[in-house]
Amino acid sequence: MRSAPIIRLLGRTVVVLLLGFIILPAVVVAIAAFNDRALLAFPPEGFSLRWFVKAFEYRDFQTGFHNGLIVMLSASAIAVVVGTAFAFALDRYRFAGRGVIETLLLAPLVVPHFTVGLGFLILAAQLRLMRSFTVVIVCHVVLVLPFVLRSVYISLRNLDRRLELAAESLGARPARVLFTVTLPLLVPGVVSGWLFAAILSFNEFTASLFVTAQRTQTLPVAMYNYVREYADPTMAAMSLIFIVGTTLLLTLANTFFGLGRVLNVDDAR
Amino acid sequence: MSTMPAEPVRPEAIAVRLDGVTKRFGDTVALKDASLKVRRGEFMTLLGPSGCGKTTLLNLVAGFLAADAGELFIEGALVTDVATSERDIGMIFQNYALFPHMTVAANIAYGLKTRRVARGEIERRVREVLALMKLNGLEERKPRQLSGGQQQRVALARALVIRPKVLLMDEPFSALDKNLRASMQVEVKEIQRRLGVTTIFVTHDQSEALSLSDRIAVMSDGEIHQIGSPQEIYRAPRNRFVASFIGEVSVLRAKLERIEGDVATVSLGDSRVSVPAEPLRGLNAGTPVDLFTRPEQLRIVAGDGAVTATVAAHVYQGGHVDVYADSPDAAGRILVRVPGDAALDAPVGGKVGIFPAASGAVAFPTE
Repeated sequence: MRSAPIIRLLGRTVVVLLLGFIILPAVVVAIAAFNDRALLAFPPEGFSLRWFVKAFEYRDFQTGFHNGLIVMLSASAIAVVVGTAFAFALDRYRFAGRGVIETLLLAPLVVPHFTVGLGFLILAAQLRLMRSFTVVIVCHVVLVLPFVLRSVYISLRNLDRRLELAAESLGARPARVLFTVTLPLLVPGVVSGWLFAAILSFNEFTASLFVTAQRTQTLPVAMYNYVREYADPTMAAMSLIFIVGTTLLLTLANTFFGLGRVLNVDDAR
Repeated sequence: MSTMPAEPVRPEAIAVRLDGVTKRFGDTVALKDASLKVRRGEFMTLLGPSGCGKTTLLNLVAGFLAADAGELFIEGALVTDVATSERDIGMIFQNYALFPHMTVAANIAYGLKTRRVARGEIERRVREVLALMKLNGLEERKPRQLSGGQQQRVALARALVIRPKVLLMDEPFSALDKNLRASMQVEVKEIQRRLGVTTIFVTHDQSEALSLSDRIAVMSDGEIHQIGSPQEIYRAPRNRFVASFIGEVSVLRAKLERIEGDVATVSLGDSRVSVPAEPLRGLNAGTPVDLFTRPEQLRIVAGDGAVTATVAAHVYQGGHVDVYADSPDAAGRILVRVPGDAALDAPVGGKVGIFPAASGAVAFPTE
């Protein structure tokens, strides 16, 4: 059925408006980042790159970036190993409490981030781990684990078990089946889970605010502290760097694995 | 009812042997006390409707399932508790199960690598089997870049290159379209014969079973009803299930007249038909029996016959005509296959007489 031109025009307008609405904040921030004046203002007056220079040179941002990387790499790596193992257990074995664990781990939105942060703050105080990276990393693992788990779990469910049986019939023992057939076919799911985990961890603010100290603060926390004291476009420049960084990461993932497969939106062929 | 009282076979000529194998899934018995001997080099088909236990039996031989009771031997060695990877089998799945992340060559080499065959030897054997399966030039393709027929050849190549003790095939042709299926059947049969590889083949398609097999095991409800050559199964079905599952059959009401030695005589009106005595042993003369006849064993005449029927339809098939007729003396519809096209003259709705051939049919007690 062909719809009337007026309806189609209306449809397109709505789509364009929606897209515009979604990217509007990013656009405003991006423009503000090049403002010459020391004001977080819009529209900008004059063009300058000095806020980018300042963002890169600001000590707290440098340490925040460095800390964020440490936390992101450790937390996402741990989450990938633990999450993959957990996904296997959920997919392949039946055990007591399996349903509860499945629901809990696959529904990460039930427990708010500040609750997780507060919980770890109390625990850390008890265990005298207040100023360590350990507590930040463990806290992030808890936050990102469901995303890895979900991603790998879906890949496992889509995996044709006959491929593993075929490998066995060809003389492969369990370990060889795992490393030559199962894991290679799970790579897109694992990479997707890792990407989500890494991006989430690097951006995480709410829980991080509770569990980081001056020495361990991550970039979002450093930015929050900055914006409490200053109101210049450095923040906007920082935001733009964030966006560009994430885009680069996703582009790389797309080049190597295909974004559709990485985000698990492709059909399993 | 399990095995045929077959001619004695030297034990060393048996490639696969099942002794009283039983498999349960919860409360359902998927395979009930099954015994089967597959001779070396033989093409054995497990035939039956879905849910009859044929795939369960195949998966037990493969080691994908563990038997609840009974013993399984491959080439004389007890393998009931041996892992799949140690059984030296070749498995062809319905969807071929080619490794999607490996090239054709890597798929085929997989089973040789697990056996730690030297690299030069692997290359030589992969090249050999590629030529055998007419897959030259496709070595570097991924499975998704192949047609259905090519995928099937790769699956066969991958299974055969390891020189398995037994080749297991689970409905391998069901995903192919009709023309391709026919040509792949011929090709697979030819390769199987040439290599002399013992094969267990699962299908629900009786014509496929009749055309490919050396012997067929007919199964339903987890039991093996009869094991025999295609001719034996077709000409001398052991029971009602086998008779009606294989080929087309018309069931005519008859009476037992007498039993003499191995031959029984049954009567329909004035006609007498000789049938095997075995299924009718112990019945008295005059007992109603069902005569199972093939379409080509019936003859159609104008006027009265052993059975009088009303023509329901004719289906012109070129070389012959299939006449369908209804009669109170038959259970279900009667099918008569008449050579040529003279039968087209019998009008639909008209009365015809039907005569059975004097021998070649089988009879079973009326249920």
